[in-house]
Amino acid sequence: MFYRETGQFKTSYQADQAIFPIRQDRIFILIWLLIGFAVIPLVASEYAFRAILIPVTIMGLAALGLNILVGYCGQVSLGTGAFMAVGAYAAYNFMIRVPELNPLFCFVLGGLTATGVGILFGIPSLRIKGFYLAVATLALQFFTDWAFSRIGWFTNYTPSGSIAVQPVEVFGFAFNTPLRKYFLCLTILSIFALVAKNIVRGRIGRAWMATRDMDVAAEIIGIRPMYAKLSAFAVSSFFIGIAGALWAYIYLGSWEPLAFDINVSFSVLFMVIIGGLGSIVGGLMGAAFITLLPLMLNQLPSAMGFEISTALIKHLEIMIFGALIIFFLAVEPLGFARLWQIAKEKLRLWPFPH
Amino acid sequence: MAGDRRIGETILRLDDICLSFGGVNALSNISIDVKEHEILAIIGPNGAGKSSLLNVINGVYHPSSGSVTYKGQTRNQMRPHDAATQGIARTFQNIALFKGMSVLNNIMTGRTLKMKAGFFWQCLHLGKARNEEIEHRKKVEEIIDFLQIQSIRKTPVGRLPYGLQKRVELGRALAAEPEILLLDEPMAGMNIEEKEDMSRFILDVNDEFGTTIVLIEHDMGVVMDLSDRVVVLDYGKKIGDGTPDEVRNNQEVIDAYLGVAH
Repeated sequence: MFYRETGQFKTSYQADQAIFPIRQDRIFILIWLLIGFAVIPLVASEYAFRAILIPVTIMGLAALGLNILVGYCGQVSLGTGAFMAVGAYAAYNFMIRVPELNPLFCFVLGGLTATGVGILFGIPSLRIKGFYLAVATLALQFFTDWAFSRIGWFTNYTPSGSIAVQPVEVFGFAFNTPLRKYFLCLTILSIFALVAKNIVRGRIGRAWMATRDMDVAAEIIGIRPMYAKLSAFAVSSFFIGIAGALWAYIYLGSWEPLAFDINVSFSVLFMVIIGGLGSIVGGLMGAAFITLLPLMLNQLPSAMGFEISTALIKHLEIMIFGALIIFFLAVEPLGFARLWQIAKEKLRLWPFPH
Repeated sequence: MAGDRRIGETILRLDDICLSFGGVNALSNISIDVKEHEILAIIGPNGAGKSSLLNVINGVYHPSSGSVTYKGQTRNQMRPHDAATQGIARTFQNIALFKGMSVLNNIMTGRTLKMKAGFFWQCLHLGKARNEEIEHRKKVEEIIDFLQIQSIRKTPVGRLPYGLQKRVELGRALAAEPEILLLDEPMAGMNIEEKEDMSRFILDVNDEFGTTIVLIEHDMGVVMDLSDRVVVLDYGKKIGDGTPDEVRNNQEVIDAYLGVAH
């Protein structure tokens, strides 16, 4: 089957403005959904669920959120870990303090709390840009690290400062097996990816991109910079807050404030940059790459029959990981999403060169 | 020139505008009337304050004294958003397109102020939001047809040649259906053919939509041919104002351009 839109004539603007105007893309996304919802659950091992699939889907959601802020609206943020922490701790506090609430609703409340914090810490973006804004969001990161480990109320005064939770139960249905957890995360990710795509192809998305590309011109057209930037912060932190709550409740099960430290912020930012700034699918690819790469680097030597000490493997892993990131940024600064796009453009002409 | 195009009453009045940056007086005591449906050219040597004047009109700069009266409303300063809401659109001297977006999306942003669908519907891209997208897409396609850029509508603007980018920028300004269109050097850096195209578009916009146009241009041939009235600035002062012929024979203007023996 050729990837080609020849012969697919669109007779209405509605058809032309569909998410996937090209038929092959629609088939492709259906195949992916089929793999995600049907094939993987049949074949994947428990280890694969726990170590790969669940973290990839949750981090994919966080990367989606950060991409809205950094990739679409152009506001650099190093506070992803902080927003995830706010989402997680807020969900925890809603659950223990108002036990009648549905846990999924608590996740949403966690996301909304992160939204509030996001808007608050997005206010500096109205005056500062680029690196300076990154430093301002970094301050939030350090602040939440401090607040969640020092202020006992947030952790319900657990003596060790770490929190352990029961598996999430919704209407008597417990998400206690890896397969169920995976389904929950994948469903949430799919819904949010669709919502994100819808937002970025509409008026608000264009306002974000306009602010990113040329803020003066955007303002003169009538886009309020304050509205554009703060709405990007709000939507982004909502996504990231939900991802944080899922990360805590579904993936970790028990956690301490360090689970959301600056390293999380950096790795989500790497996912977005390597995956592709300003691309929904790019963020997901980046999340898969950054999660899988250390695992593969870890397994590769033993799979190839080398006997290497675990300490050396750990160090090699970090070195190769860093080198690969630099390599990728040098070769394709626009990330996987751009590679994917180039591949599609080539396929359109294949097998002819022009 | 257009047949039944009537120049109307004053639509925009600048009164005694002063603007200074530190010790530099970019504009001093400038008063200009812009009349409805006319094409007004602002000329002057480099650094005369032409772009600053446009920036005052659409609210990027706030004058230190003087007032702007637009459609009967007087204010000391415009805000860019207010200016846009009231129908003032512009293009920039250095192209200010949104480089990462397609031509279509760039022009669609021009219609931002006319779109009203709420956040919820946009998340779903259904109902109101989708109808609105389609409705405005129709309008944008009319502009694309008008500017003859159908073949590049899905191309990211960063990949387009300079002349086309200028055209897209005009399209984005037109999408807002402005009453006053401010064009800052719409023909800078173009070859003869592109200039002719652009001149034709400017005349057509003025003629078909009745848009009032204020343009800055250095190409005297273009200025003299297109404009109904010419305002000349030099060192932030207005030294000439009148029809192209009057300005051409104004001694002060000739001195400013050619220099004068002291």
